Amino acid sequence: MAYSEKVIDHYENPRNVGSFDKNDPTIATGMVGAPACGDVMKLQLKISESGIIEDAKFKTYGCGSAIASSSLVTEWVKGKSIEEAQKLSNTEIAEELALPPVKIHCSILAEDAIKAAIEDYKSKK
Amino acid sequence: MKLPIYLDYAATTPVDPRVAEEMMKCLTMDGTFGNPASRSHRYGWQAEELIDIARNNIAELVNADPREIVFTSGATESNNLAIKGAAHFYSKKGKHIITAKTEHKAVLDTCRELERQGFEVTYLDVMPNGLVDLNVLEAAMRDDTVLVSIMHVNNEIGVIQDIAKIGELCRARKIVFHVDAAQSAGKTLIDLSELKVDLMSFSAHKIYGPKGIGALYVSRKPRIRLEAQMHGGGHERGFRSGTLPVHQIVGMGDAFRIAKEDMEKDTKHIEALRARLWEGVKHIEETYINGDMEHRVPGIFNVSFNFVEGESLIMALKDMAVSSGSACTSASLEPSYVLRALGLTDELAHSSIRFSIGRFTTEEEIDHVIGQVNNSIDKLREMSPLWEMFKDGIDLSTIEWEAH
Repeated sequence: MAYSEKVIDHYENPRNVGSFDKNDPTIATGMVGAPACGDVMKLQLKISESGIIEDAKFKTYGCGSAIASSSLVTEWVKGKSIEEAQKLSNTEIAEELALPPVKIHCSILAEDAIKAAIEDYKSKK
Repeated sequence: MKLPIYLDYAATTPVDPRVAEEMMKCLTMDGTFGNPASRSHRYGWQAEELIDIARNNIAELVNADPREIVFTSGATESNNLAIKGAAHFYSKKGKHIITAKTEHKAVLDTCRELERQGFEVTYLDVMPNGLVDLNVLEAAMRDDTVLVSIMHVNNEIGVIQDIAKIGELCRARKIVFHVDAAQSAGKTLIDLSELKVDLMSFSAHKIYGPKGIGALYVSRKPRIRLEAQMHGGGHERGFRSGTLPVHQIVGMGDAFRIAKEDMEKDTKHIEALRARLWEGVKHIEETYINGDMEHRVPGIFNVSFNFVEGESLIMALKDMAVSSGSACTSASLEPSYVLRALGLTDELAHSSIRFSIGRFTTEEEIDHVIGQVNNSIDKLREMSPLWEMFKDGIDLSTIEWEAH
């Protein structure tokens, strides 16, 4: 299958790969997906006291589109408030990366990862 | 070195230049273009002679009688003709068929169709090494079993089933035994004068012949009967009507002749390259070969690199043409049914790559492949949350994943 240039760019030069200490109270972690489905995404957000996402990191097990979706999301959420981040939708991700229909689930997973991280942040408070 | 490096010989092979040359002599006005069924002129006679030579070459590779070779459009059609043809012909005797879960789709889907027509099919589990357990097979045989279909060499993992023993079990019960030999002809010895095989499917394009041509071996002693699936002019003794494609058949015949002559050389060459490839990647942690280590052909080499997803690995291995056991490219998100049948975990099944090596693979290519595999695994594991958890000592099977 042919990938779009943006997917290839994120895949070859992934932004913000890595991990924060998940026990740090300012770090929110969202892990979604399952090995059975061939995708697992871990998204971590560093959130300031005023609720601004200062930094983001990811690790993804999955196809090129899954890696690109998570990489893109880490770029997009930086500097946003939690409320703004929560509004990011999978369609924006899929559009930006020009994902074909069979890869839409990758963008949904990335959206779920943001939501899961924000849930984690709220539960930590 | 031509990029990407072709390592997908189990999918198809390039036509050997020696074969292509012979094929080109059968197309134009200057060549042998005639219809081999034309009995009234030299064009037909010459074409018929080439068909006879090709049929002999094919029969010789597998030690059969040329009259036992029926030309088809490929192994898929051969499998259809063998399974449907035998099941229908012998349906008065019984309507039970046995096959294995790791068979090619051309066998499995044909069996599914027969189920829709009222047959009952048993799909055998295989052992973790990919081989059929003969005791399990024997236990599945019933009085109304009319057909057993088991492949010789598996297309994904390269294991060789013990068709000699399976043949004995079938013959003792007068059950028709069909073998899909698309991946084994020319790669491992087949002696049909010894084997108790009744029907065997062959393909040309897996051994440096052209696509679109194959054959079915139909045993004469004992005589196996089939119901034709293609009706018409009664070609191929009524088993398969349709004008014989002379250039295709000449190509297949020549490919089989060369396969017989070069089998030893090819096998040595491929075995050495496979060993070299494994030497270069086996130090990578959490790397596993899929399928039995002893009973296998050297050309098909299926490896799981744990915690790295197959499709992203293929994307990283951009200098080579390989295939993945992970079917993530289809909408199903299902990993390979063959690897699942071996009992592999989800992660391992999603993490597999099939390297298939052939006649034209070189050492230089394998060395380049080794370098890129090592770099890609490092890069992707650095990105893999599963690898991180594994390194932290977390047992992934204890985690409750949210399936989506």
